[in-house]
Formats: sequence, structure tokens, C-alpha cells
Amino acid sequence: MKTAKGNVFKYGDNVDTDVIIPARLLNTFDPAELGSHCMEDIDSDFVKKVKNGDIIVATKNFGCGSSREHAPIAIKAAGISVVIAETFARIFYRNAINIGLPIIECPAAAQGISLGDVVEVDFNTGLINNLTQGQSYQGQAFPPFMQKIIDVGGLVNYVNSL
Amino acid sequence: MGMTMTQKILAAHVDGVKELKAGQLIEANLDLVLGNDITAPIAIKEMEKMNVRGVFDKSKIALVPDHFTPNRDIKSAENCKIMREFAIRNDITHYFEIGEMGIEHALLPEKGLTVAGDLIIGADSHTCTYGALGAFSTGVGSTDMAAGMAIGKAWFKVPAAIRFNLTGKLNKWVSGKDVILHIIGMIGVDGALYKSMEFVGDGIKNLSMDDRFTIANMAIEAGAKNGIFPVDELALEYMKAHSDKPYTIYEADFDAVYDEDYPIDLSTIRPTVSFPHLPENAKTIDEIISAYPEGLKIDQVVIGSCTNGRIDDLRTAALVMKGRKVAKGMRCIVIPATQKIYLEAVEEGLIKTFIEAGAVVSTPTCGPCWGGFLGVLASGERCVSTTNRNFVGRMGHVDSEIYLASPAVAAASSITGVISSPEAF
Repeated sequence: MKTAKGNVFKYGDNVDTDVIIPARLLNTFDPAELGSHCMEDIDSDFVKKVKNGDIIVATKNFGCGSSREHAPIAIKAAGISVVIAETFARIFYRNAINIGLPIIECPAAAQGISLGDVVEVDFNTGLINNLTQGQSYQGQAFPPFMQKIIDVGGLVNYVNSL
Repeated sequence: MGMTMTQKILAAHVDGVKELKAGQLIEANLDLVLGNDITAPIAIKEMEKMNVRGVFDKSKIALVPDHFTPNRDIKSAENCKIMREFAIRNDITHYFEIGEMGIEHALLPEKGLTVAGDLIIGADSHTCTYGALGAFSTGVGSTDMAAGMAIGKAWFKVPAAIRFNLTGKLNKWVSGKDVILHIIGMIGVDGALYKSMEFVGDGIKNLSMDDRFTIANMAIEAGAKNGIFPVDELALEYMKAHSDKPYTIYEADFDAVYDEDYPIDLSTIRPTVSFPHLPENAKTIDEIISAYPEGLKIDQVVIGSCTNGRIDDLRTAALVMKGRKVAKGMRCIVIPATQKIYLEAVEEGLIKTFIEAGAVVSTPTCGPCWGGFLGVLASGERCVSTTNRNFVGRMGHVDSEIYLASPAVAAASSITGVISSPEAF
């Protein structure tokens, strides 16, 4: 996937893994089942409204808390094409890269983009275009080592390429 | 340029490297890879997709069924079965079945599997606990765990560090939990994001190992990659008593660079409680008493978890509860973190104290800490808990509330029915 385009779901600081996917549902690791409960504890409309390709934008420390990979799996399975945030919690950050959920750190975009905006992201350049507001932002490009993991489609394929 | 303690341990685990600096990306050799019944089944499924014949080293993997165990439901039982069969198939040395298991971060140091200088990853965010022994340990996800089990390596960005200079001595009824809640209140839940929290100073000698485990355990709650303590006499004694694994002591260089420096005078720390819904919402007991003159009523108390289910924690709670009764309408749940701690608590009469006070005592499990099972909250209910997170819905209903506290404060609150300190008893 080289670009993403979709409607924005906007959240604030410290969206934690317990609200992305609560522990009571962690007796399964089926992506579709996890995706159908994604974000339900802070936004019960999310799973009703989300369409394939939509985008999550949040401010600081997105994905804080648990190491559960179920969190990025649920977000990806719900159809989200990219998460843009001011900063990510570190375990969520590496989990997203390892399972192939695109994420971009961009404080200006995280502040400027609003709920419902239509946003386009070019993964090659890191350029984020807010089509609704006519604004564009330069997201941080991945260091080459991480780009390599992303390019081969996640850590499993990376290990297999060694 | 000098290296921090963390950077030195990382450098010692990268082939052909002597020096590292913050921000560098490295692939490091692992001494131990940990997983539990929630994270390991995904890791096992992912590892099966890798072109490897088996695990990199069957003696360097620890598998602990502790989250939904003893099995909560059929799906949990199936997940435990996946892990158990994997452990048997690969002849994993450190698989801990129900009956010998405990909450992973209390169990592994007790079993001597984590020692100074080790580089440890665990598919559980509180893996940072082992920093108390001078190891680099950090939480990762299941795919990292899979790669770790397959090739014995993991990728890291070398962290910068924040230094906390601890001086003085804690007052009675104040513990490591109050120290770490105070620190998180000061720097915030992302105050150490991507960084190491390095604890130094004269005050460390006055902290028990259990206090240090509690402090390192909650480094993740400030966003840190790891929390780490220097190795002193007490840490050496602990390792000698629990382990025959060789250890290596690393010390930070005198000219190591720290992004921030915080002095912490332990004698000034008060019993501290973190209010819903973030660990950074820390208030001292004095602030709480003056804000709620009638008392802040609570419905449940949980004493246990990887943060505070160790023997010191149970001793403190029993000291407060001895000869007293749990308040009417209150549920108090006590969970020793390992079988060994449970047995010690039986032998010391602590369990008798808890039961006579009207508390229930459970076999080791993570259950209530994360709303898994055993102590789930209804809407509108409040729980004072010695666990580590008070996020929305963490222990049950989205409209329930968790107040994070030390075993002393939790035990006192179970007696009075409102948030209390044993200082008032």
C-alpha cells in the first residue's frame, strides 16, 4: 500500500490499549472478532461508522498501556489504513510496525486535523494532505531499518528474509 | 561520550560493538524471552510462519500461564492448551504449569531466571520489572516474542535516559509504590516515553528488593522503555539466594548523558494514590483527606498483582488488617503473586489474618488487575487497588473507577470503607 485516503476519527491524548481492545475480549486473537469491538469503550459509534481505508488521528501517547498486539490487530481489522499521532507509546509503535499497520508521527497534523476530515497519506514521502481543510503536513519518515521491516510486510517476513 | 547503565547492557549484547549512543538502531542478542497465555498463543502462530526449525534456545524461553488462569472459560483454556503443547513440543525448560506458576514478573526473579546484566524481552508490558536486579528488560508484542523465540534477537532503538537521584529514607507506611506513583505524577504517563528511567543515589540502600521491583515494574506507566537500579549488596544477596545463573554488573559511565535529572528525597514522599483514569493523577493522602472530609467511599480493594503481590506487600497488608474487620459492604481480595509467596504467607499466619478480617484469598493470577476475571467491577463502583493501571474500563464496567495505591493504603481502606492511610489507625 503506497497511499491511504479516508475519513478521520479523532481522539485525544493517552488513548490506551484497554480502550482500543478491552481485556475481557482477549480470550480470542481472531482479527475480525477483535476488529468488531475496536474502540468500543471510548467510542461506541466507531465500529458502526468505520469504513475500509479510514484514518485514526490522535494527539499524545497513542496506544499506551499493555503490550497486547491485539490492539493494532483490532485497529487494522476494523479497516483503518493508517494511524497519525503526535507521539505513540513505544510498545504500540513497534507492534504496529511488526504487524504491518502503518503509523506516522506528526504533531502538526495531529493538532490540525479534525473529526470527519478527509485525509490522504503518501507513505513514500510521509506527506499528509487534509483535503477538507486544504492543509498539508510533512510526517516523519521511518529510519531505513524500520522501513525494511515495513517493506517486506512485517517482522515475520523480515526474519524469513535473513 | 559516556554510556548509561542501560546503554552498556545493550552494547554488550550487540555483536562487534563496543559503544552505543541514544537513537541508534540495533539488533541485540537476548538472554530470555517471556510470554503468557494472552501473548504467547499469537507469538506461537507467528513463529510457525517463520522458516525456522524450532526455538533458538529452549532454556532461554519462559512461558507462564497467569492472565486468564486458572482457565476462565473455554477460549482461555484453548489458548493455554496452545502454549502448553508448544512448550512440550519444543521441550521448553521454563514452562510453569498451574500449581508451580505465579504472576510472571514475581515468578521469574524468584526462580532465578533474571539476573544483573541480562537482556530480557517479554510479551507483557510489565517486563520492565527485572531492572530492579540491574538487568535490561522491556515489554514487547507477540511478533517480537515470536522472532525472539525463533532467532534469539530483537531490534531496539537505543534509549536516552532520565536519572532519578534517590536520597533519604521512606517513612513508616510509605513504600516503593508511593515512590513510583509520586514520580509518575511528577513526569506524566508519557514523561519517560522511549527512554530509560535510571535510579541512582544513596537512598537506594534503604529500599527493599520488593520496593525496587515495584518501582521498576511501573516504569512503563511513565512510558519508559525500562527502569533500572544499580546492583548493590542487597541485589547480590537476592541473586545468590535465588539463582545460579552467572550475572554481570554494569555501571553507568561518570560522563553518561541524561536528558533530565530529578532529585527525590524519599523522606518527603507521602502515601500516594492515583485517581482515575491515569496513573499520573497522583494525590497525597493529605490532599485526599482534605478534599473529601467525609471520606471517599469505595466498594472493593484488591491487594496483589505483579506490582504489589510480593511477601513484603502481604506482610504490610496483614499488619494493618490484623485484629480488624473489613468494612461492611466491602469486598477485599488478596492475591499472593506466586505459590512460594502464598506458602510463606500461610506459614507466617498472614492468610489467617486476611480470612479472619473478612477478605478472600485467591491462588496466583493476574485476573482482577486487568478486568480479566475475579473481582470485575459494576458500573459506578470504586476500587482501591495495588495494581498498576487505572484506565477507563480496566477492571470492568466503563463507568467504574480504580484508585492505585500501596498495600498499606489498600488494606487501611478495606477496613474503613473510604480511602485511608494506616497512619490514622
